[in-house]
Amino acid sequence: MVGTRLSGWKGYRTMKILMKGNEAIAEAAIRAGCEAYFGYPITPQTEVLEYMARRMTELGRAFVQAESEVGAINMVYGAACTGARAMTTTSSPGYSLMQEGISYMAMSFVPCVIVNIMRGGPGLGNIQPSQGDYFQMTKGGGHGDYHLLSLAPSTVQETVDLIIEAFDLADKYRQPVTVIADGLIGQIMEPVEFPDLKEPQRPERPWALTGAKGRKKNVITSLFLDAHELERENLKLQAIIAQIKANEVRYAEYWLDGAEIVVIAYGTAGRIAQTAVKRAREQGIAVGLFRPISVFPFPYDRLREIAETAQQLLVVEMSAGQMLEDVRLATCNRVPISFYGRMGGVVPLPEEILDKIKGLAGTGS
Amino acid sequence: MSEDGELVFRRPAALSDVVTHYCPGCMHGIVHRLIAEVIDELGIRERTVGIAPVGCSVLAYHYFECDFAEAAHGRAPAMATGIKRTHPELVVFTYQGDGDLASIGTNELIHAAARGENITVVFINNAVYGMTGGQMAPTTLPGMVTTSSPYGRDVKRQGYPVRVCELVSQLDGTAYIVRRSAYKPAEIRKLRQALKIAFQVQMAELGFSLVEVVSNCPTNWGMTPKESLRFVEERMIAYYPLGDYRVRDEVKTLK
Repeated sequence: MVGTRLSGWKGYRTMKILMKGNEAIAEAAIRAGCEAYFGYPITPQTEVLEYMARRMTELGRAFVQAESEVGAINMVYGAACTGARAMTTTSSPGYSLMQEGISYMAMSFVPCVIVNIMRGGPGLGNIQPSQGDYFQMTKGGGHGDYHLLSLAPSTVQETVDLIIEAFDLADKYRQPVTVIADGLIGQIMEPVEFPDLKEPQRPERPWALTGAKGRKKNVITSLFLDAHELERENLKLQAIIAQIKANEVRYAEYWLDGAEIVVIAYGTAGRIAQTAVKRAREQGIAVGLFRPISVFPFPYDRLREIAETAQQLLVVEMSAGQMLEDVRLATCNRVPISFYGRMGGVVPLPEEILDKIKGLAGTGS
Repeated sequence: MSEDGELVFRRPAALSDVVTHYCPGCMHGIVHRLIAEVIDELGIRERTVGIAPVGCSVLAYHYFECDFAEAAHGRAPAMATGIKRTHPELVVFTYQGDGDLASIGTNELIHAAARGENITVVFINNAVYGMTGGQMAPTTLPGMVTTSSPYGRDVKRQGYPVRVCELVSQLDGTAYIVRRSAYKPAEIRKLRQALKIAFQVQMAELGFSLVEVVSNCPTNWGMTPKESLRFVEERMIAYYPLGDYRVRDEVKTLK
């Protein structure tokens, strides 16, 4: 009998607590039944590693501070190959280093959860919040044809909820699932409620490497030397991605009724935009907010509908305009699109976004 | 079968009944068989997980009858770490060549060894990148001609070979680090014994174990199999001496 790292699981009661985003990510993962965590220190996500070092060890689950993000993702790959719930967390430069392993996991249908607490880039950049990794998170990132389900929370509470769900989604689709946040969400402290959690009900994992006892051997590989065979594997992967696109589109809408201007922003930018849009509404401007929660799959269909009634769109990002391209794809430029972006770790103020909204409404100074 | 019907020789249960893709005269076949024999002897086939590298033995998972994963180039020790830490009851081994282990995967190897991971690494050193067609490896001998050192490895420009056992045995996390070969029957027997001890070290949770096999590559060395064995004996072993590089005291008490 292969031992489970969750032996002695007693479930978790609801807990409401003031907590830092990164620590909340760690606690959420533990409550979701994460059996193995591997990570490498990098600001602004290091508190996840520290929290896991303490708690995973207490719980008798697997924890290794890896030699690099390359090591960490391959440890996740190994642990996940055994069917264990495995996770790593990192920040932008570390996420770049993980691309090789992630591509392998996508093609070999191995589930795991990966969190990217994005920071300013390119290069070493800085440690301030950024959304500069949108392309990498949503368009593949590593080599080959794949996309990962990518969920973008805007509060610590939403982060907790999505982390817990991410483990189930990874199981469901047998793919790595990513949670994409930024340094602000990682570092902010907010009240957060952890739900009651029982031992996870997981699908059977007949593919897992647990020792070939009483069955044929299992092999997990992404190598298919025959072109037609590799194409078949690709089609299997594409079928999963199509399922993800069909089932997992998530978004939030605010004040869209009668909105002539619609602001589109995700994550931290979405949260700041929410404040700006609320103030604009209070000043009588017909503006609403559309906040994608799944950035892959991107809510193309809903946005297309919105563009049919809106007169103008304003995309706000902490990047040079990456999600902007998906907004253009969704709307085919049928409606004028403006963009407001800050880079390098500069977090936009609600006033800056409010000024843009006012400018579009023709009520600016 | 002998006269009384006793079976005296057969394919190990841990070795798949398939034709390998290895070149004639290559030692991979011998080492595969020895590993399979040891797995059978220790009775661990049903709880062993192997990890194949990128290189000539990339398809090793076709040749063993135990669970297997295929790692990214050089990452097998990290993958092995993830498997072993999650399921300590499994016996986990990696099978890696010199490009995989001593070049692109040096980081993963060194740190798995330093952490004292209870895994077993089988390292096949034939001083050349075989699968890509004979380029210079980190273990290519000084002066040795390869397709990417066409004038012979010039240590002034292309550096010196990496001696893995000497390097890794410096790390306190290691329990059993030895170098063997398979160029003649007596050495094959010693190699088999070393592989068995390496697995036993892991099962006794004594720490990291690595068996280096000084190997050959008739195809890319441009030699007959017999010539390549002579090259192993005379040239390779002169640079990579066979022997025990680290054997922790507890290992000596293993039965």
